Amino acid sequence: MDKKKNQWKAWLYLLPAIAILLIFTVWPIINTLRMAFLEGYNGLAEAGGASFGFGFANFVSVVNYNKFLTCLGNTLLLTVITVPISTMLALLIAVALNSIKPLKKIFQTIFFLPYVTNSIAIGMVFMAMFHMVTLGSQPLSIGIINSIIEAFGGHAVNWIDAGSTTFNNMVVLIIYIVWNALPFKILVLLGGLQGVNKQYYDAAKVDGASRWRIFWRITVPMLSPMIAYVVITGFIGGFKEYTSIVGIFGDSMGPIGGDGNLNTMVGFIYDRLEDGFQGIASAAALILFAIIFAVTIINLYVSKKKVHY
Amino acid sequence: MAEEINVIQNDKPPKQKNNSASVTSTTKKQKVRKVFINIGLYTFLTLMAVTVLFPFYFMLISSVKTMNEYNQMIPTLWPKQFEWSNYAMAFTGDLHLGQLFLNTVIVGVVSTILSLVVTVLSAYAFARLDFKGKNVLFAALLATMMIPGELFTITNYITVVNWFDWRNTFAALIVPFLVSVFYIYLLRQNFMQIPNELYLAAKVDGTSDLKYLWKVMIPLSAPTLISITILKMMGAWNSYIWPKLVANDLAHRLVTVGLRGAAFTTASGLVNIPAQMAAVVLVTIPLLLVFLFFRKYIMRGVSRSGIKG
Repeated sequence: MDKKKNQWKAWLYLLPAIAILLIFTVWPIINTLRMAFLEGYNGLAEAGGASFGFGFANFVSVVNYNKFLTCLGNTLLLTVITVPISTMLALLIAVALNSIKPLKKIFQTIFFLPYVTNSIAIGMVFMAMFHMVTLGSQPLSIGIINSIIEAFGGHAVNWIDAGSTTFNNMVVLIIYIVWNALPFKILVLLGGLQGVNKQYYDAAKVDGASRWRIFWRITVPMLSPMIAYVVITGFIGGFKEYTSIVGIFGDSMGPIGGDGNLNTMVGFIYDRLEDGFQGIASAAALILFAIIFAVTIINLYVSKKKVHY
Repeated sequence: MAEEINVIQNDKPPKQKNNSASVTSTTKKQKVRKVFINIGLYTFLTLMAVTVLFPFYFMLISSVKTMNEYNQMIPTLWPKQFEWSNYAMAFTGDLHLGQLFLNTVIVGVVSTILSLVVTVLSAYAFARLDFKGKNVLFAALLATMMIPGELFTITNYITVVNWFDWRNTFAALIVPFLVSVFYIYLLRQNFMQIPNELYLAAKVDGTSDLKYLWKVMIPLSAPTLISITILKMMGAWNSYIWPKLVANDLAHRLVTVGLRGAAFTTASGLVNIPAQMAAVVLVTIPLLLVFLFFRKYIMRGVSRSGIKG
């Protein structure tokens, strides 16, 4: 009797969550699959009574789309470059933080600051730092980064302005994405380091192991679950990169005269959605999901072999 | 920095001082080594900290420069003349920052409160009540966390705009994101740590479930609830893609969308970067303040979520 009452009560407690999940999570999964396989699907046309054939045409359209390969390439490139750099840097900073006492709290706070910022807002700051101001053809300020480069004897570079190369654009994006990705990784890795049993280090010291050896033979293996975690979340985040680029380059996703040059997978999906091609957008979203899923599985598989628990 | 290193040396256990001559010479060597290592550590950390802080410094000094000073060939490291009117422009210009702040606070507060209610009720059902299919349902919820949000966005856009006719309403910004499976998971874990005996004792005393939830479970889980609140508010503050899609009129526009969309172009055709930076500062400072006050809660929530906002 009481059990039955409990059943009824539990579902009552869950009702708001389930109702919202059904509309905004479960239905989208079904509908996105449906739209992806209805060839040339468009919501308005459907409402007008049009019907669509079933097949893979949307996926073919995605792949054949002008600039799709650019978007995929940019996404892969940014992920593959920024994840290792930010993970290595975060690991070095975390280890350094873990071996000091004075000022540790202050450093920790400073390194966390980029996390509590708005990607778009700080992206605009990076934009200003790399931007050359010109009036007509007359150069005014060359930007703070170029000023620093010139102060050290280098030459000013056209980083992000009209006529800049994709390579230079990418350098700026990589610096910004790494800057943005560090805090979370440092937080997780430092948390892991603090959990490592001090006895391992004491034992290694007694054996006279060098710092370098201790780092590779004790720190890295003991931290491997955390490293795997930040690498996997880093890959997932990397494949969804979008707002950093909007922050620096605006909605045009490229320098002036190079619209869309830096677009990513997520940007591609939103562009198709705004064009009204929901079928193609859905197919692209499924492709993105498949990539993220595959990379996560590969990561888990590799870490199962390498991670020391 | 030299002081710091002295402190470290003084921290050394005193027993080494009384050792025999041969040991003293090796400890002396070790001491010198340690000083060098510490110099290295602090230099590295300081360099990284300067890199992390530089964009903040640049944003602050640029925000109070006159346009003339900003556009000089040789940048000034500290403003010669403070142009506070840059800040006023954020509120009076086409950005309408006051309105955007108000919109964002409304969305943030309402969605946080509703989301807390939904999350608490669901977490309670999963942690405390028994019902058929509980584990299957919970596993299914967790599985949805793997799917990238972009996949939902396409259908949700159609649902919100075409079916519910919610374009340019606060509902469109709030309702689709009320349920976060991750927060339910986080709170359920917390609820499960509360001993069953407390519940049984309360039952013997004739306390109703809701009263027990309100008087015992919620106070005991306050840290998690605070983490959720802050992350949810930060989410509203930072969200860009969805608000730009569904609600981009002045009465509902959120800060990030407005910030990126405003032009800041002057009559001469130049972008007023100092005014732009002033607006960026105004958007960034509230987040930094929240962080400084609630550091512990933010870091707790973040290290377990791996998501930004």
